[in-house]
Amino acid sequence: DLPLRSTAKMDFTWGVKGKDFVLLASDKQATHSIIVVKSDQDKMYQLNDHQVLAVTGEAGDTVQFAEYIHKNVQLYQIRNGIPLSPNAAANFIRGELARYLRSRTPYSVNCLLGGVDPQDGSAGAHLYYLDYLASLNEVPFAAHGYGAHFNLSILDRYYKPDLSVDDAKELLRKCLAELRKRFIIHLPTFSVRLVTKDGVQTIDWNAEMAA
Amino acid sequence: RGSSHTAAMSRSYDRALTVFSPDGHLFQVEYASEAVRKGTTAVGVCGKDVVVLGIEKRATAKLQDPRTLRKIALLDTHVAMAFAGLTADARVLINKARLECQSYRLVAEDPVTVEYISRYIAGVQQRYTHRGGMRPFGISTLIVGFDPLDQRGHLYHTDPSGTYSEWKANATGRNEKTVREFLEKHYSEDASAEDTIKVAVRALLEVVQSGSKNIEVAVMRAGEPLKTLSDDEVDALVKVIEADKEAESESKKKGKSSASS
Repeated sequence: DLPLRSTAKMDFTWGVKGKDFVLLASDKQATHSIIVVKSDQDKMYQLNDHQVLAVTGEAGDTVQFAEYIHKNVQLYQIRNGIPLSPNAAANFIRGELARYLRSRTPYSVNCLLGGVDPQDGSAGAHLYYLDYLASLNEVPFAAHGYGAHFNLSILDRYYKPDLSVDDAKELLRKCLAELRKRFIIHLPTFSVRLVTKDGVQTIDWNAEMAA
Repeated sequence: RGSSHTAAMSRSYDRALTVFSPDGHLFQVEYASEAVRKGTTAVGVCGKDVVVLGIEKRATAKLQDPRTLRKIALLDTHVAMAFAGLTADARVLINKARLECQSYRLVAEDPVTVEYISRYIAGVQQRYTHRGGMRPFGISTLIVGFDPLDQRGHLYHTDPSGTYSEWKANATGRNEKTVREFLEKHYSEDASAEDTIKVAVRALLEVVQSGSKNIEVAVMRAGEPLKTLSDDEVDALVKVIEADKEAESESKKKGKSSASS
């Protein structure tokens, strides 16, 4: 049994909660040491109509864990006729991380869960920060990986609780600009998802940047 | 000795409850089929672009909430089932099937085919006639759905013995013979979606008092979620069916050849 080593930090995920939405972003590179194996990897998993899970960490663990969570969230919905609420899903994910943590085969994954409960109106947007030691915190904004060290202070400075979608996108632009300037790893492309009470939207970030 | 004592204890529970009779019958399985025959009727019809499940609703007590007595269950977004027999047994089997549907998706990255999940359910039912200490499930199922790759509709039937087979139309539960005979007479493979739904409802109406109060109908089209018809929709359908029947008997009376619906 190997001790749980700190998971790879090269992946970047980011999330911001607005008035009634959650904006999530993650980089698209799959790297092994100094080689970029794939540059269009989608690190986000849509758990159901209104929730997206962004996962980073140990290669393999990430996909296995995310797919396992996805299927269990779907099973809940089929069994009970209604989807898991964001809070319930976050606690379920955290519970699984905790269960496996003290087994011989822990999952080395860090997650950001962004979800909206369509019944809850403007109080329905939630962003959760989970890490490989099975911590769980509901937060207004968060990031994982080395990139987090560059972005949290920017988010502290510019974040406001009632952000509009455009405000949030501007915040993302600022954060990615800082990475471009100061982070040694070049991250060329990003997956960006917007979660609202109407569902999950994929935002073409290349188009956004060009605009 | 302690160990042989406990071994003897567990061995008595290892004995199968379903054992062969001298003339080759599995009586527990046959008695389970009796339980099915006492259950409320369920009917399933497989059309070209639509699959239909219909069930006879059991009369509910005044203080009981009828919405909580679901006899048509979704197994996955593209597969549904109805049953006849012991409701509690069905609940357990449905739960296992739902879990298997997601397990299969996790392992195979594809949704189940209707045949696969029917085979799985039949396999579970058979296991309970085989292993020790458990009685068979007292239900027969009707499983409908569309296969993920070719979007073709299928209907399967399983019974307490664990047999499963594909059907174009079938019924199970009380009066299943009457309903099946009606289907044999009136089912058509090339019927339109509307006519397929109608034949399922008509078949059910042969043995159930008419009205939305007593039947529940669910329809699935390729690539679409299961849709349970509302009480109003069922009422409307029943009215159309009765009007058709009137027209048929009218034209019969007049001696003209009746147009088959």
